[in-house]
Amino acid sequence: MIPAPFEYVRVGTVDDAIQALSDSGDAKILAGGHSLLPLMRLRLARPALLVDIGRIDALRYVREDGDHVAIGALTRHHDVANDDVLQRHCPIVPYAASLIGDPQVRHVGTIGGSISHSDPASDMPTVLVALGADLVVAGQGGATRTVPAGDFFKGLFEPDLATNEVLSEIRVPKTGDRGWSYVKFNRRAQDWALVGVAALAANGSGASVALTNMSDRPLRASGVEEALSGGADAAAAAERAAEGSSPPSDAFASGEYRRELAKVLVRRALEEANAR
Amino acid sequence: MAVAERYVGKPVLRKEDPEMLAGQARFTENLSAPGMVWMSVVRSPFAHARVGAIDTSAAEGMDGVVAVFTAADLESEWGGPLPFVWPITEDIKVPVHWPLTKDKARFQGDGVAVVVAETRGQAEDAAEAVKVDWEPLDAVLDLEEAAKDGVVVHEDLGTNVVVHWSHGGGGDQSLFDTADVIVKERYLGPRLIPNAIEPRACLAQSVPAMGEFTLITTTQIPHIARVTLGGTCNIPESKLRIIAPDVGGGFGSKLNVYAEEALVLALARRLQRPVKWVETRSENYLATIHGRGVLHDVEVAATNEGKILGFRVKELADMGAYYQLLTPGIPELGGWVYMGPYDVQAYWYEFTGIVTNATPTDAYRGAGRPEATYVLERAVDALARRIGKDPAEVRRMSLMAPFAEAKTSIMGLNLDSGNYPAAFERALELAGYEELRKEQRARRESGDGRQLGIGISSYIEMCGLAPSNILGALRYAAGGWDACAVQCLPDGKVVLKIGTSPHGQGHVTTWAQIASDTLGVTPDDVEVLHGDTSVAPLGMDTYGSRSVSVGATALHLALEKIKDKARVLAAHELEVAEDDLEFEAGSFHVKGAPDRARTIMDLAVSAWHAHALPAGFEPNLEATAVWDPPNFTWPAGTHVCIVEVDTETGATDIQRYVAVDDCGVVINPMIVDGQVHGGVAQGIAEALFEEARYDEQGNLMTSSMTQYLIPAASEMPSFELDRTETPSTTNPLGVKGIGEAGTIASPPAVVNAVIDAVSHLGVTHIDKPASPERVWKAIQAATGGSGGSRSERGGASGSPPRASGGAS
Repeated sequence: MIPAPFEYVRVGTVDDAIQALSDSGDAKILAGGHSLLPLMRLRLARPALLVDIGRIDALRYVREDGDHVAIGALTRHHDVANDDVLQRHCPIVPYAASLIGDPQVRHVGTIGGSISHSDPASDMPTVLVALGADLVVAGQGGATRTVPAGDFFKGLFEPDLATNEVLSEIRVPKTGDRGWSYVKFNRRAQDWALVGVAALAANGSGASVALTNMSDRPLRASGVEEALSGGADAAAAAERAAEGSSPPSDAFASGEYRRELAKVLVRRALEEANAR
Repeated sequence: MAVAERYVGKPVLRKEDPEMLAGQARFTENLSAPGMVWMSVVRSPFAHARVGAIDTSAAEGMDGVVAVFTAADLESEWGGPLPFVWPITEDIKVPVHWPLTKDKARFQGDGVAVVVAETRGQAEDAAEAVKVDWEPLDAVLDLEEAAKDGVVVHEDLGTNVVVHWSHGGGGDQSLFDTADVIVKERYLGPRLIPNAIEPRACLAQSVPAMGEFTLITTTQIPHIARVTLGGTCNIPESKLRIIAPDVGGGFGSKLNVYAEEALVLALARRLQRPVKWVETRSENYLATIHGRGVLHDVEVAATNEGKILGFRVKELADMGAYYQLLTPGIPELGGWVYMGPYDVQAYWYEFTGIVTNATPTDAYRGAGRPEATYVLERAVDALARRIGKDPAEVRRMSLMAPFAEAKTSIMGLNLDSGNYPAAFERALELAGYEELRKEQRARRESGDGRQLGIGISSYIEMCGLAPSNILGALRYAAGGWDACAVQCLPDGKVVLKIGTSPHGQGHVTTWAQIASDTLGVTPDDVEVLHGDTSVAPLGMDTYGSRSVSVGATALHLALEKIKDKARVLAAHELEVAEDDLEFEAGSFHVKGAPDRARTIMDLAVSAWHAHALPAGFEPNLEATAVWDPPNFTWPAGTHVCIVEVDTETGATDIQRYVAVDDCGVVINPMIVDGQVHGGVAQGIAEALFEEARYDEQGNLMTSSMTQYLIPAASEMPSFELDRTETPSTTNPLGVKGIGEAGTIASPPAVVNAVIDAVSHLGVTHIDKPASPERVWKAIQAATGGSGGSRSERGGASGSPPRASGGAS
């Protein structure tokens, strides 16, 4: 309930954040705090320094930019869920944001925090992988690099972020009239997904399907995609949903059950995406 | 009641709510005292381990640390072990339970030392720095395994099998050999965590010059805590004041006396400073009692037509590592209702209590009676499936006929009154039972992926704890009476000092309604004081759906005394004989002359200034009454749950929930509805979501609200409620109690509905909680799919640390 002792600094710019991270060997970024603070209260995380970036308003935006929509990393889930530009150009993103946690969480938690936490049970990373989104990472000396979402999630709680880098922007492609679906299966409305499926219908480039909580990172359902591109229907393709997966067996469900769920949910997601 | 009922029976808004809603309630955590220090408990990370050397030096040197004490350091503080007040048999084995354990930790969370520091954070930091030389031992969690005594939790007892209690049976036991049909079932009731919204907290202060102590604590039982903690802490009861301020729920978990309460008292005496402790939620999951934790074997004897002839039940009950206040008494409480509302000819119940390396169990909302109802109602459905009959029909032909006067039941106690068929038929009517069955048939025929299930639960409960003579016969240490003092003040206001200790139930409003009708005032004129042993010294507190039927009956009797006393004064002032007076709505008037009247509150003024009292009349209009009920009360009812089960995923969606309860006369229908809502929600949680799970080493896997699934409003259906009203013959108010009915009735209604939804696929059994995976596996097993062969328990492995409700 009471975190272990830590230092705290609030920064006004991304550069100051990176400087503070570089100066400390053991710092964590505080954004919405909805993953980090509970872990600190249970003393499962005990950083020496918290770098609070919550007041960097320059990182809070959604704007159209050519063939994609750019989302500032500090944009709150609630604002993502209710953004007109996103609803028009990439509706799967606001829909998935509306399923994260509960209303209180969505009003404080941020899209960048959720992604940087790199939890394979989180919804948004899966959606970004299915979309082929790009993530913009800021580093020392004003440097930035762009990482495809498919490469960013390297493992359980393991984002492609150095200890002195900050995720600054998420770029999601406009999906036009491409059908889409995000199916989240959980026990309680506010829970993480037992299994989730993000699906985008084919539009020349082939359908795209990714899975939540079926591996140590968001997992591209390549078997399903391959089957679909080979002409299989949704039901037949969905049979390959668990290929290459390594779902956890935990207090909530066995891996065996998750594999079967993935098949059912992929079929339902594909049917919904195709009908949309 | 004889008076015109202006408030009783009406949905009077709760007097308690404004301060709650405005954040102005006084919870223990909000309170502090000058010079106060904080206690943190060093707890065992192991379920079973010898305690070696404890090195407190690092902790003692940390900022703000006042002192560190081990069990050995505090031994001289105790007058005895922590209280256990219900040795249910002569030969029961009683584990010794000290506030801190010295030799061995017996469950994960067992306390071995305390740290006291200036701030809460400093106390927690220093508790981490206490180094204990643990020698981990094999732990035993499974009941049947524990009964083999391969690992013995208390060496001095020599066994884990600590108590065996048998009801002794009733009726013709040979029916279990001779009946047309015998259905045998085995049901598991997992451990549950009560989860009061307010975790526990306590603050002890001493007044050295007076030798007095005040303990402010989150308790349901300030009076019982006073007499028992006095013994544990070597404090005369007369020198110990217990205050239960606003208490945020209990569900039985605060019907207890805990180590931390004794510890803060002892530390306040040792350090001569106020000492406070506040539990974290994770700590609550380890150190506050759990509920249920049972394994039942049940046999139902019936005719070929489905008339139920008898139930024979044998239970194993998980006591946990120690007894808390009542532990082995909980299954025994259920032991009196294993006939349900049915007219049976044979009855048998026995249980064996077993200690394990897990958190102690004790009363959790319903306490024994949900266990009984779950077993019976599941078994009745199993019987119906066996003989191919509609489960409603089996119940209909087996319910007891209505009775308005008390009658002796097969288990030997007197039922106060009952009309079980009325609630049953009303519930089926509200549900539209026959239509539902038609729709179910249609869905089954079409192979719909969402199958409809209908579950029924008819229940009876034993409430209004309790007649003191029966408690004595059952070897319980205390009585079951309660008390109320009524003071009519000269400014027209009324003070009630009540012996029950509400923690969310609405006693303040309910008692004020009853007093208003007799005294001719409004509920706003009535101040209800409770939860402070110095203010309301007489009482037996709140649990077991007892408060209205015992406590408010004491109020009723005190009001009768007030009336009797006021009548003398009214006759004196009106210069008539007492027999010439009529009483109505708080006022006496001369028969035939309604203008010649004195209200009770007028008479309160006369009695107070005492200028012209009749000879021998004692000044002031006040009275105290103590009521010891002659019988329990026996609420009953029928609930119907309608679910859809997704046969591909096993997910259950509750479509509708119908509850028809009979709690006798209703004082405040809004509060009664609220109790049913909360109780049903908690029972739905038990049926579908909640389960405290340990791994084989005794680590609590469901260690936070992330893993222990408490459903929220989004998982609940709207509740469709109705009532029948069969007045109790136990008390003059005719009330029976409603605090536990929802939790008692609902788990089997829900699980029966889930099984019913997929029974056409061959599913006959699913354990609580009926999680999607369990339902899916049951379908797989029944249909020869791939999922049925593997064990569904104990499969948990490392889950990544996620600490909060769902997102970053």
